[in-house]
Amino acid sequence: MSAVIDIQDLWVEARSSGGSFQPIVEGVTVSVYPGEVVALIGESGSGKTTTALSAMAYSKPGCRIVGGSITLNGRDLLKLDQEERRQLRGREAAYVAQSAAAAFNPAIRVGDQVIESTAIHQLMPRDDALREAVKLYQRLDLPDPERLSSRYPHQVSGGQLQRLMAAMAMSSSPALLILDEPTTALDVTTQISVLSAFKDLIRGQNTAAIYVTHDLAVVAQIADRIVVMQNGKVMEAGATEQIISRPENAYTQTLMAAVRPPPKSISVEGEGSDQTDDETIVSVDSITAGYGRTETKIVLQDVSVAVPRGKVVGVIGESGCGKSTLARVIAGLLPQRSGEIYHHGQALPHVARRRTRSVLKNIQIVFQMPDVAINPRHRVREILGRPLDLFIGLSASARESRIDELLELVELPTSYKTRLPGELSGGEKQRINLARALAAEPEVILCDEVTSALDTVVGKAIIDLLKKLQANLGVAYLFISHDLSTVASFADHVVVLYAGRVVEQGPLASVLAPPFHPYTRLLLNSVPELRTDWLDGVVASKAHLDHLGQAVDSSKVGCPFFNRCAVAVNDVCNRRDVPLRQMAQGHTVACHLELDALRE
Amino acid sequence: MSAASQVPSGADLKTRFTPSLIIGLVIVGFWLLVALFGPALAPHLESDIVTDMSYAPAGEVGLLGSDYLGRDVFSRLLYGARMTMGLALLVTLLSFSLGVILGFIAAISGRWIDGLMSRINDALMAFPSIILALIVMSALGTSLMIMIATVAIIDSTRVFRLSRALAMDISVMDFVDVARSRGESLWWITVREILPNTLAPLAAEFGIRFTFAILFISALSFLGLGVQPPAADWGVMVKENLQGLLFGSAAALMPAASVASLTVGVNLIVDWFLSRLGGDVSQELMN
Amino acid sequence: MVRLLIRRILLGIVVTWVVSMMIFAATELLPGDVCHAVLGQGATEQSLESCRERLQLNQPMHTRYLQWLGRLATGELGTSLANDLQISDQIGARAWNTVRLAALTALIAVPLAVLLGLIAAIRADSSVDRGISIGTLCFISVPEFFTGVLLVYILAVQLRWMPAVANYRDLTRGDFLEVIEALALPIATLTFAVLAHMTRMTRTAVLNVMSSPYIEQAILKGASRSRVIIRHALPNAVAPIVNVIALNLAYLVSGVVVVEAIFRIPGLGTLMVESVIYRDIPTVQAIGMLFCVTYVGFNLIADVMAIIANPRLRHPR
Repeated sequence: MSAVIDIQDLWVEARSSGGSFQPIVEGVTVSVYPGEVVALIGESGSGKTTTALSAMAYSKPGCRIVGGSITLNGRDLLKLDQEERRQLRGREAAYVAQSAAAAFNPAIRVGDQVIESTAIHQLMPRDDALREAVKLYQRLDLPDPERLSSRYPHQVSGGQLQRLMAAMAMSSSPALLILDEPTTALDVTTQISVLSAFKDLIRGQNTAAIYVTHDLAVVAQIADRIVVMQNGKVMEAGATEQIISRPENAYTQTLMAAVRPPPKSISVEGEGSDQTDDETIVSVDSITAGYGRTETKIVLQDVSVAVPRGKVVGVIGESGCGKSTLARVIAGLLPQRSGEIYHHGQALPHVARRRTRSVLKNIQIVFQMPDVAINPRHRVREILGRPLDLFIGLSASARESRIDELLELVELPTSYKTRLPGELSGGEKQRINLARALAAEPEVILCDEVTSALDTVVGKAIIDLLKKLQANLGVAYLFISHDLSTVASFADHVVVLYAGRVVEQGPLASVLAPPFHPYTRLLLNSVPELRTDWLDGVVASKAHLDHLGQAVDSSKVGCPFFNRCAVAVNDVCNRRDVPLRQMAQGHTVACHLELDALRE
Repeated sequence: MSAASQVPSGADLKTRFTPSLIIGLVIVGFWLLVALFGPALAPHLESDIVTDMSYAPAGEVGLLGSDYLGRDVFSRLLYGARMTMGLALLVTLLSFSLGVILGFIAAISGRWIDGLMSRINDALMAFPSIILALIVMSALGTSLMIMIATVAIIDSTRVFRLSRALAMDISVMDFVDVARSRGESLWWITVREILPNTLAPLAAEFGIRFTFAILFISALSFLGLGVQPPAADWGVMVKENLQGLLFGSAAALMPAASVASLTVGVNLIVDWFLSRLGGDVSQELMN
Repeated sequence: MVRLLIRRILLGIVVTWVVSMMIFAATELLPGDVCHAVLGQGATEQSLESCRERLQLNQPMHTRYLQWLGRLATGELGTSLANDLQISDQIGARAWNTVRLAALTALIAVPLAVLLGLIAAIRADSSVDRGISIGTLCFISVPEFFTGVLLVYILAVQLRWMPAVANYRDLTRGDFLEVIEALALPIATLTFAVLAHMTRMTRTAVLNVMSSPYIEQAILKGASRSRVIIRHALPNAVAPIVNVIALNLAYLVSGVVVVEAIFRIPGLGTLMVESVIYRDIPTVQAIGMLFCVTYVGFNLIADVMAIIANPRLRHPR
């Protein structure tokens, strides 16, 4: 049996900002056989997408393929002219982009886009193609398959669009499917259903597939073989099982080490560490907050959280659940509608500017996007010096040596003092952000998704640094993240947010062990695990996946999770106010169900 | 993703001279020198009548011939450079200070003040610029002071809109939020956090407004409503010598070409600057 | 979408109303009153009185404003301060010249600009594109009177292909060829003024669309170049292009004033400039209002087109 796609010694160059061409893919060799899924894995800039796109003889604007051979179904693509390449695209090889929302043309109906390949290559009449599309929708568990084709992209949800991308790619039954981070933009609970839909489709059609991703756990579920890339070169290639369990290359080992263990496998010693004698530094009590002048955009409702001295409180939830808003409210950037924020028991003014200097000093915030969180026009010395001037007040020489100390604290060379942010990498910028917060010598740092804009390895280093600082300086964190594994890896106390409300909170051990809130259970089950049979196991045992196509409901009556909950009781959960159930020490669950039902 | 998609760093901005940039710099540099030293080097005064021959061809009288009154076109061109560029610079400085200060105030003020200022600005921008200038000048008269004030105010509406938008864009960025969470004053946030990040686009805008002022003032002078004779202004010179075209005189063409070369030169520089910032000069100049 | 359209149209009406108030208020800006300013120091008490009588300055401001609005609506604009002619007659006699000049320019400039813009966008970064880019940059930068003077100098004076000065007053009833010959240079001048903007903005609009991920997706489906452009890019580029066209038609309003002055065409622009010089305020107000309504109208059309062309608004969830 011959390979569907065989890429040999591929070289690709990109025009740099100076105008000269620099190699971005250097001698990569990949081949994929029918029915096989090969994953290209690497961090940003590794050349994985460029390599995958070359399988369609396509390179992004500003890039050019300069060497090697690309054989698709026995034909060398680089020897074909433009017209012959065009004939192949969409018929023999199809592409699923990372962001479906951007890859669908807003002006054309979904159905016409799904079947466009068949129309371009005149594979079948339009009516037949549309009928086939409906079958694909059904196999992809898309709601309302009969009428879906006549909708416009903005009328369909993000998770559904991503599945429609798969339908679009499969409509012409291509021999090769290229999937470019197809689940990265999705929430973890949505990712699972999209992933299993892709897997079924590929298995069912005996298609060869190239799966591009940075996420090893996702790859483990779907790939037969893995090719690890870094800086345009192949580091290691092998069967999935081998790469996961016995990585040989040093870089692969680093990647593997950066994968956090799934929260379910974490065993927390002791029965919850929330001793009551811990002094509370910052707490919020029944906070309701939102944007806009009208009452319609409530983002947080009745949220109460306390951060004890030197502890890590993890806040977990999906995009749009209000977790970042919580940090902004505490920092005094967004005044709450009702409720209070306390600092050592003292109620704080809603706006930062009205707060006392000592309060401002003791509550610092670190944002998600390192690129926009520091002023690009200020040098590092200025960035770190400002909080020193404002909150500490040092002599010129003491200030200078303190800046050196801070840089050392975040493991950066002191020579960085004179740099502008544009001269730092993303991870370095995030360290500067952290150093700026530390400069104030705060009691608590609000960390808003501080690792999600970073590559896995860089992100892991930041988390390690946070842990070290906590141990050495005794600083507390309110650690906000969408990634349960990260939160579970170092939080003492966990708060689960859903649609702006706290559905469960308690010591890490209590939250990660039954009894669960149904949403917590879903989250825990949705985090991919680094073993090849995880997805099949989850899909086989889960009826709850049925409900996940539903959008998050933010109505204020009853339980917000009602429409996506597998165990919801109609007329109770959606009608009545949710009772707050006290479990063990400091562990609460907001659910109508009885303790026994939550336990199983 | 790839090296090509990386944002060009600040270091790039300083290098990479393109041919069109060099041409622009040469033209603008030339006219600046003329404006500074031209009148001192001019063979005649701007109002001197040097010959009784109207529209004498180039070479016969002076370097570029004579105008409709028999004045030396070359000398008047040199004086005109100072008048035209000086007026344009004055107007631009006025409109720029007004627009930037008010724009920033609007951006950092509360809903009410911002809303009020923006609505007034919208109302002024609902007029085609030249029509608004004509209406104001019909009511207040056609003195030079009134023209300067009118053009500066009309021009400042565009500066206001841009600087307000720039300040608004930057004021929602995370680093400004960090400053707010430190309890920084509005003054610090505006001057230290926002302003430095608007300097590059504002510099480009200054060039655009300068071009606009040159075009606007010379158009008004051309219509007989700006600089009044016998002062030498390029727009005035075109108007005065328009009839001469019929006799084959280039006396009207010279000042017109001077305006054109100057504005092209400025725009070549601005275009280079904007392409570094990822913009396009035409969208800015539309207004 | 209907609600959005109604809101935009209502906004247009409000803007027109505000503009009318501001134009009216122009006469109130002066210290003393208009008649003082217009008639100057040497005015006799009698002439001042008759002037005030004519402008009804003895009535309160809001009454005069409402009367003025009423006169605007009915076209009974009263007599000019400069020459006692009926303003509406003067405008009527000259409007055709202006409208014809602007309309013929639009007819030539719009298709040409869209075509050039498309060519530049499709051949982005080629030598054709760079040529168009430099050319349009130059034409954006130069004043209308330079283009006009240069065209006259080359085509009419040096090459003698065209008449340098036409008798535009006779053109009201001239046959088509005569009109074209006489108006060729003014139309060319005005075309250059608006062409460059439209070309560049069309190019930008199309390039913005062409760099969208959905265009890449279409290419990867094997769509041909023409299919990508016609089926995928154009539907999304129509709104910005129509917007550009409408904005430039509005810009014609300003350009017309200068071009009429260059070629001494007796149109509304020259009438307005003359009226400003003679400080014939009622005439300036009337023509100013006319220009502004046109300008606001085109801006309104631009926005309405953008709303209609947006699929998100056309097909709500």
